[in-house]
Amino acid sequence: MIDLLAQADNAVDGLKAVGAGLGYGLAAIGPGVGIGLVVGNAITAMARQPESAGMVRTTMFLGIAFTEALALIGFVVFILLNFA
Amino acid sequence: MNEKLDERLTTGHDGVIVNTEPEKKIVADMLWRGIKVAPAWLVLSFLIWGTDGVASGAYGIALVFANFIAAAGLLTWAGRISPGALMFAALGGFILRLAVLTIAVIAASKISVFAPVPLGITIIVSHLGLLVWETRYVSLSLAYPGLGPARLAQKQRKEMK
Repeated sequence: MIDLLAQADNAVDGLKAVGAGLGYGLAAIGPGVGIGLVVGNAITAMARQPESAGMVRTTMFLGIAFTEALALIGFVVFILLNFA
Repeated sequence: MNEKLDERLTTGHDGVIVNTEPEKKIVADMLWRGIKVAPAWLVLSFLIWGTDGVASGAYGIALVFANFIAAAGLLTWAGRISPGALMFAALGGFILRLAVLTIAVIAASKISVFAPVPLGITIIVSHLGLLVWETRYVSLSLAYPGLGPARLAQKQRKEMK
């Protein structure tokens, strides 16, 4: 009986780790798509108006950093599930 | 104006100074502001979580700073090459930086002072806080890409001294 409970406990820990990893991976998909859109549109803008490249790159950099915050939230959830 | 500054700044139309690599300027400004606020955050971490909180908070701040520096460095480097390289650096850099962050945190988790809650909170608060704060000083005009004219002039004055 005790062995069975120990096995169940291990299985729960394993599932927690799998869930954390899956959650982190899923949380990184959205920002990945978002960064792709931001950079793609920034490159289109720079190609249409090369003189505005500096301004577009400023917006692009901030856009990337804000989008990345979503992935960082997923990363923090991963940390909390795995190590807390 | 010194030579180093000349390399980073070029004179655009109507003699207006145009910053050609805005990412570097933005991140340098952001980090300077972050360094000024970090001690207050570490004191707060100590009051809430104790010594472990300070160590984890400092580590979290260092990770966020390194993440910003890596992002700006990669984009600046790729921006000099081509738009395709910029796309590659943005998406490849995103994956690379997340992988490095994960490895850094897993490696640090073996240390006795590692505390996940202050580390996680520090990462989110410092990343978003610095970004939101920086948006106040960023200019979105053709004449002054990167930092706004007032901020840029202030920094130039400091660099010229």
